[in-house]
Amino acid sequence: MAEVTVKPLETDIRAAAKKKIGARRSKLKMVMPLFIMMAPGLIYLLINNYLPMFGLAIAFKDINYAKGILGSDWVGFKNFEYLFSTKDAFVITRNTILYNVVFIFLNTVIAIAVAIMLNEIKNKLMKSFYQSVVLLPFLISMVIVAYLGVAFLSVDVGILNKTILPLLGLDEISWYSEAKHWPFILVLINLWKGLGFLCVIYLAAIIGIDKEYYEAATLDGASKLQQIKYITIPSIMPVIIMLTLLSIGKIFYSDFGLFYQVPMNSGALYDTTSVIDTYVYRGLMQLGDIGMSAAAGLYQSIVGFILVLLSNYLVRRKSKDNALF
Amino acid sequence: MYKSDRIMSGVSHIVLIILSIGSIFPFIILLSSSFSSEASILKDGYNLFPKEFSFAAYEYLLDNSSQILRAYGITVFVTVFGTFVSLIMTSLLAYGLSRRDLPYRNFFAFFVFFTLLFNGGLVPTYLVYTEIFDLKNTIWALIVPGLLMNGFNVLLMRVFFMTSIPEPVIESARMDGAGEFRTFFSIILPLSLPILATIGLLQTIIYWNDWFNGLIYVTDPQLFSIQNLLNRMLADIQFLANNSFGGNISVASIEFPSTSVKMAIAVIGILPIVVAYPFFQKYLVKGIAVGSVKG
Repeated sequence: MAEVTVKPLETDIRAAAKKKIGARRSKLKMVMPLFIMMAPGLIYLLINNYLPMFGLAIAFKDINYAKGILGSDWVGFKNFEYLFSTKDAFVITRNTILYNVVFIFLNTVIAIAVAIMLNEIKNKLMKSFYQSVVLLPFLISMVIVAYLGVAFLSVDVGILNKTILPLLGLDEISWYSEAKHWPFILVLINLWKGLGFLCVIYLAAIIGIDKEYYEAATLDGASKLQQIKYITIPSIMPVIIMLTLLSIGKIFYSDFGLFYQVPMNSGALYDTTSVIDTYVYRGLMQLGDIGMSAAAGLYQSIVGFILVLLSNYLVRRKSKDNALF
Repeated sequence: MYKSDRIMSGVSHIVLIILSIGSIFPFIILLSSSFSSEASILKDGYNLFPKEFSFAAYEYLLDNSSQILRAYGITVFVTVFGTFVSLIMTSLLAYGLSRRDLPYRNFFAFFVFFTLLFNGGLVPTYLVYTEIFDLKNTIWALIVPGLLMNGFNVLLMRVFFMTSIPEPVIESARMDGAGEFRTFFSIILPLSLPILATIGLLQTIIYWNDWFNGLIYVTDPQLFSIQNLLNRMLADIQFLANNSFGGNISVASIEFPSTSVKMAIAVIGILPIVVAYPFFQKYLVKGIAVGSVKG
């Protein structure tokens, strides 16, 4: 092709520039309504999410209400030194991570097993009935769960102390003051409450598997268990990996209600029920130790952020489609 | 091979029946205890069936129903208003982000997305809402902090707009002279009912069940939602029992059927959700599955 360069006349350039400005103006007029539409949501995120991010700086301050938050003195890493010099930092980190690890493992394994069994139920009505009943605990608040907990664990009138333990020939247990039982209680309650939700997700994944695989396997004489092992589990593996990695990203966070409401904030149980979220809450609302509380919160935010990035990196390596970003 | 089918299905039924019983067992104890007489609970504890049937707990709650009704009113208002505003804000923002001709589209998308990755946590959030916005002990404290809108739902809805609403629809609306707002409210929203229903249902449950905002921002009993009332009753009845520990247990328990009332108030707290559950169960299951697929 011949290289032809036409030198545009000056007037042409001016006209083009004018046109461009005009176009930009009309474009602005066009997109203005869009910006107005988006404004409430964006402003909300600014207030609810971004302002607190900057507010994390208070972890480096010695908050003194008399001086105001902005006027309080900067103290560098002092709050962190305090936090990590106590036993608390270790206990809450240990509890948060250990509980989450057990929750992730146990809930995943049991939810998959239950989802596979739900898929075996051919009677549609029964299937939907089972699913609804198992999902019921997901619908109620942790305050109600705390009430249910009392019905079981109340020292004087709980069904465990009054009916079940005597039947087994065991002595009464003072549930709300003996910390050693709580790892089991919390794991069980978390399973009870979260099982239905995970089941729904895994069942949806199982239903999505191509039926032809099973037909072919049946023709080849594969047993039900072999089909589960060689077809079902491998097919839903991407979902399992994705959900697990997402939970690992949140391993530094816990369900505040589970650890605060259900043990009824009982001080005797802190050794096994205190997690980062409850520690931050108590520091802020009950002890008034804002500096320490903010330091623990910043610690959680930063490590949590790193873990999200890390787990997303791992998901991305496994399958790009499932990555969050 | 057919035999293995039948064994598998039989085992599944048995396991699922056991699980179902396990799931509702606590609720049955709750219900039965709320209908038990105080004396029978104190003697035999909470039970699966009432040993001595009694309405005393509900009579007590009926006599003191003004606070409960008020709390219900607060919860209903917060739930309806919060869910409505939440849907409007979420869909408006998501719609803007879904438009391919939006300038700085990537910047705005990242602005929303980053809120999912990093957050300031409780302390700064609390200070923002109490020190800057003075939300403490107002009804807005139950609606605005944390719950009103979240980035995940925005991105979920954006995916819906981008995949389920063909661009020519928007294009032709513009040709016909409809402005952005008109296009959005009379064309986009009616086409988006499935996703609006899904997110609306989840938001409704979240608002109905929320006690956290009330716990940290509200100390005025006049503003207690039903969850906050439940929360306070749990602590206060405990407080009552602790106080009577020193001596007159009998006096406290005669005046006030505390053990059965505790269960009755919880029954009242879950009743609306359990009654409505069969009707929205199908949508809830769909909503959970949609939400998990891709955010």
